[in-house]
Order: sequence, then structure tokens, then C-alpha cells
Amino acid sequence: MIKPTLRNYKRPVYITDYPTGPNCESGHLVDKNSGWRTFRPTINLDLCKGCLRCYLLCPDGVIFKSNSKVDVDYDFCKGCGICAHECKFKAITMTKEDKE
Amino acid sequence: MKSENRIRLNAQNISDNEYFFGHKACAGCAGSLAVRLALKVLGERTFTALPAGCMSAVGFIYPQMAFAINAMISTFPGTASLLSGMKAGLKKLGKEDVNIVGFAGDGGTADIGIQALSGAIDRRDRVIYICYDNEAYMNTGIQKSGLTPFGTKTTTTPAGKNIRGCLTHKKNMFEIVAAHDIEYAATASVGYPEDFMNKVQKAAEASTTSYIHVLAPCPTGWGTPTETAVEIAKDAVDCGLWFLAEYEEGEFKLNRVPKEFSSVKNYLFQQSRFKHLTEDDIIEIERFRDKKWDRMKSKWLNEK
Repeated sequence: MIKPTLRNYKRPVYITDYPTGPNCESGHLVDKNSGWRTFRPTINLDLCKGCLRCYLLCPDGVIFKSNSKVDVDYDFCKGCGICAHECKFKAITMTKEDKE
Repeated sequence: MKSENRIRLNAQNISDNEYFFGHKACAGCAGSLAVRLALKVLGERTFTALPAGCMSAVGFIYPQMAFAINAMISTFPGTASLLSGMKAGLKKLGKEDVNIVGFAGDGGTADIGIQALSGAIDRRDRVIYICYDNEAYMNTGIQKSGLTPFGTKTTTTPAGKNIRGCLTHKKNMFEIVAAHDIEYAATASVGYPEDFMNKVQKAAEASTTSYIHVLAPCPTGWGTPTETAVEIAKDAVDCGLWFLAEYEEGEFKLNRVPKEFSSVKNYLFQQSRFKHLTEDDIIEIERFRDKKWDRMKSKWLNEK
């Protein structure tokens, strides 16, 4: 499966460490987006019918097919709640993230 | 066009690959959903250009590159001319079996980039131009664009005692593009994602320029909860303030004609950018809608 992935990346320290032109390849990610999330989607697989509507409508593409149903990549989910709002079977619930 | 053997795309049969992932768009951004779905349809052998705007601001944050395909930022007015240049360059390299697609916002399309778009269509370059329309310059802080609808509160069309938001109606971008006698043009909405994906597939099969105008609500600029972008995009079509249409082989076609429009008031008052509107303003919006639909129905519907 093709998808941008997290890479090991050495942060520049001095101005001379920065490249003078484009130097990253396509799909070069160094940060997760999970810190944005205040509400967390949880999928109830008993209620899920595998219609894939949440997978289709996720703006971040973090819902992926898994065993004929779906699962969430929590590293990149921003917790917008479109999946829960659009689920016709109410199989996704949004719960407040616990503060650490 | 290979319309006969085309498979209807849906959630079950689209590619699992994610070509726009890990980006920094606001939570619930429908523009990023439009880009994600379009790239899923177009596939790996796609080259894309994006002007200064939300999708380039969220996709290319150094050292991040949220596109899994070749992507570059164009000048603000030059999306379509860069696409033409990419087309010429790829031809020279012998790469003809590729898709070249541009994603520009409503400002980058209807105001700043309209000249370059007109030129590309005129040259009949085989490129796809997708305008994700969030109805204002969202990236720079919600300023009015040519596609901002009547009554919208933006930072440059504030709602006060004298003037209640944007004074002009949406520019008729779809028909402006169609007037070039373009091979394929369509309007879409992220509220009807299957319709949008199939239009992207059709655009990819065109042998010259194609254009898709997709309505993409912006929770930040529209003042809506993050989970409602898709619902609101569907509402916009159902209440008649947006429409799903195609222009193909010189003919307009309405894809969806609601028997009865849903409530315009309900659509508008879900969004804080319209909260200040009076009953008279809503009557004006409905009058404009009805006039537009009468014209579209009388000219575009072929009663056979």
C-alpha cells in the first residue's frame, strides 16, 4: 500500500544544515497529528457493518480497511468526528481524550 | 470517451492507497477530503500542482511532504500554466500515460488564476483542473473571493448595521469554463462523494482539458462544527444553493434535480457566517436560487 510514512529525521541545528532546494522525497512525514485530538473515535465492531462510509469520508485518510471492517490510525487522527457523525449504524463514538 | 466500460467507483472499489496523508489541514477540512478522494481515483502515476492556498500550506510544511506522488507549488495565478508546463515537460520525457492535475481554491480559480485557466483550456492541454470551493480565501484568514455567496460574513465583507456581509452572488465559474467549449466540465460536492469520484474518473479520460468544481465546506471559515462538513456539503445541494451538473460534448446536463428543495434557512443558520441574515436577505437568496434553477432547467434539461 502506498502512503506517506514517518521517517527518521535529523533536525537542522545550524543555518548551514538547511538545504538550498527541495530535498525530501514524496510522502516524507516527520510529525504525527495525534496531539491535535481532543476527542477520540472508537469503533464498535459489533455494530459496524463494514459499509466503509467512514473510510470514504475521513479527510485525513486515517480510517483503513481491516478484516472486512475498519480501524483507525490514531497517530494521524485529528478527532474531527466526521466518521462518527456520518456512521449510519452509530458504530463510532467520540470520547474525550484523557489529559496526561 | 470510454463511457461504456467504465466501472462506477465507490468506497468498496477505490484504491486503498493514500496519496494525501499526514497533512496539517484543520480537523474536518472538506478541501483535504476532495484532494484525497481525487488522488485515490487518479492513482500513482499522477503529477500535481497546487498554488498558494490551503492545500499547499497544509501539504508542504518543511520537512514534511504529505503527498505520496510528485507534487509542487505553483505561483498563485499560475496553476493552470504550470500544469501546461508539466504536460510539456512530461511529453518531452516520453511520459504520456500519466495524469496531470491541479488543485486550486476558489480564489485561486475564479479571481487570481482565471486567466491562466482560460489559457490552458484554450490550448487544449490534457490536464485536469480541480477547484475546491470553500467560498472565501480561507488560508489567509477568510477574505471574500469571487465565489463567496451573497450575505456571507468574511473579514473583508463584515456584517454590520449598514451592510450585511457579501453584496454579490457567486461568480458563475462552471458556465464561464464551459463557455470555452471545454471537453469536460462538472460541478460536484463532497456531500455526494461517489458522484465526485466518478466525475474525476471521467475527467481523467478526457483527451484535452477538463475542469471539476467541487464544493468543499471549511469548518473554520464557515463557523460550523468539525464533524458536519460532509453533511453541510450535501445540504447545500439539497436546498438548491449548489448544483450537480456536467458539460460534455457541448451539452449541459443536470445530474440531480431535487423535486423539492430542503430549507435554505436551515442550511444557512447552521453556519455562523450567515447568522446575521434577516428574513429579507433569505428571501433574496431564495429568489436568486429560483431564478438560477429556472434558467438551468429550461436550458439544460432535455425533456424527451
